[in-house]
Amino acid sequence: MATSLEVRGVSLRFGGVRALTDVSFAIREGELFSIIGPNGAGKTSIVNCISGRYKPTEGQLFYRDRDITGLTPNARASLGIGRTFQNLALFHHMSVLDNIMVGRHHLLRNNFLTGSLYWLTGARKEELEHRRKVEEIIDFLDLQPVRKATAGTLPYGLRKRVELARAMALEPRLILLDEPMAGMNFEEKEDMARYIVDLNEEFGMTVVMIEHDMGVVMDISHRVMVLDFGKKIAEGDPATVLADPHVRRAYLGEEDEVLVDPDDASPAQESAA
Amino acid sequence: MAGPALIPAGDFRTTYAADTTIFPTTTSRNFAILGVALLCLAPQLFSGYWLSILIQIGIFSIAALGLNILVGFTGQISIGHAAFFLLGAFTSAYISNNAPIPVFFAIPLAGLVTALVGLIFGIPAARLKGLYLVIATLAAQYILLDFFSRAEWFSGGSVPASAEPFSIFGYTLRGDRQYFYVVLAYVLLSYILVTNLMRTRDGRALVAIRDHYLSAEIMGINLTRYRTLSFGLAAFFAGIAGALYAHYQLVVSQEGFGIERSILFLAMIIIGGTGSIMGTLMGTAFVVLLPEAMEFISHHLKGGAIDKALSLNTNITFLREIAIGVIIIAFLMFEPDGLAHRWRQIKAYWKLYPFSH
Repeated sequence: MATSLEVRGVSLRFGGVRALTDVSFAIREGELFSIIGPNGAGKTSIVNCISGRYKPTEGQLFYRDRDITGLTPNARASLGIGRTFQNLALFHHMSVLDNIMVGRHHLLRNNFLTGSLYWLTGARKEELEHRRKVEEIIDFLDLQPVRKATAGTLPYGLRKRVELARAMALEPRLILLDEPMAGMNFEEKEDMARYIVDLNEEFGMTVVMIEHDMGVVMDISHRVMVLDFGKKIAEGDPATVLADPHVRRAYLGEEDEVLVDPDDASPAQESAA
Repeated sequence: MAGPALIPAGDFRTTYAADTTIFPTTTSRNFAILGVALLCLAPQLFSGYWLSILIQIGIFSIAALGLNILVGFTGQISIGHAAFFLLGAFTSAYISNNAPIPVFFAIPLAGLVTALVGLIFGIPAARLKGLYLVIATLAAQYILLDFFSRAEWFSGGSVPASAEPFSIFGYTLRGDRQYFYVVLAYVLLSYILVTNLMRTRDGRALVAIRDHYLSAEIMGINLTRYRTLSFGLAAFFAGIAGALYAHYQLVVSQEGFGIERSILFLAMIIIGGTGSIMGTLMGTAFVVLLPEAMEFISHHLKGGAIDKALSLNTNITFLREIAIGVIIIAFLMFEPDGLAHRWRQIKAYWKLYPFSH
């Protein structure tokens, strides 16, 4: 399979803080790739480097064999890299429909002149064609009842779904999902997992997902990468990664060293709470 | 979950085209057409004084519409809008005086020139936010005003510049009654164009930048380009409005277009509703009519019991200025979404009456 994205020796520093240190990996076309790791491990940082929010201090990024290290975020969107955010980043005062239509920005050709002359320049026709595409996404994600609702008024689970719809509207070949299931209940997670698998299998998108729910990660990912303190500590198929002793220690919390005395631990927990 | 507009029961849309119309219902469209038809009769119905008020509302509403694109839809801020208004006025007067171009073409040309200047000021402004942007646009205001008072070849310097009456193909329009239709046509055209803009790609991009610029960029929107564009568009409408004003007054002077006029433009869109196209018109009408209402009130207060008790005497005329300030504060506190929002609420109330709860 062809390589979709290659991250080559990426380091990211904020002053003295080393968010990422020499991270390299490659994602194949059509893969469902998960990034896991404890809080502050640099998962979102690597996704931000891919989508262009951050410029890596060192290293390079290649998307379909093209160096994208210096490209702006909006140029990367036009190349077909879409993403969702960990903390919702919808356009709160716009309707769900308009939110998703914004995702089609780079696919639409009308501009402020032709758009203003709506009926005369074919902008109307183009908008309606893209509305049809947006409605397909709305159907796929079951957003029909809320398509006219203002995005900021929706409950959390639905907003996450609208964000996914907006990222899908870009028609990306690579989609980055930053904790798509955070804060969801079991049923919502099940739905979301189904959507993600469909994105990958039906729509043929390469998916990069950051997720904490190990059950979901192990079930649906093809390959998993584990980050800890900004370094890659493991990569491979889910079963191998899960069995890795480093991973168990860093992320899954296996206490294979000194056992903490419960009497000593309890006051600290109380003060933390 | 109700949409932004309440749709009567049984009104189903079966095509996407029917779902993207400007007016949500046929009734609202018919009312708008009726309103325009009534306005066409205005020159026959109103006295010269009220007609001039209507013309002022029309002209200022075009400038305010431009400012609303920038402030209400893109989330930028400008307190230099009056300077662009004035630039449009001087440019149109200059073109029609010095070139064999009829005023009919001078007005859009002045709009384009102002838009170009707006774009130039927009390039650095697109990289600034909040307070810094306020200062940058304040600088734009003073740079332009300084230019007007120095460039005698362009603006006549300290002497007001004269502007020709509106003409097209040798036919000259004279008097408010004829000029009213020119303003009406420009208002209709501007409002239709901006309504279309806001329901297509670039309009959505502007609103996306306002709501969440980081994710707008991830969605493929070039922030610098669109912020600059929004300055250009705002300046364009300010320029058109200024040009209309020049050929209405037949004389252009800096008087009354300082920073306080820029703030008055901001007041129009805040009172009307930032990010609302019809609200802009309502807010402009409100701000233009407010001094008239205060004039009326202070006239009737004069010599009355309150006047004597507070010994207001000549100070009564200052009530007008105070009232504008008080009303802006009141709107910011109690109705930050402006008249447009209040209007929607009233409509919703009547539509659901008597089961509004």
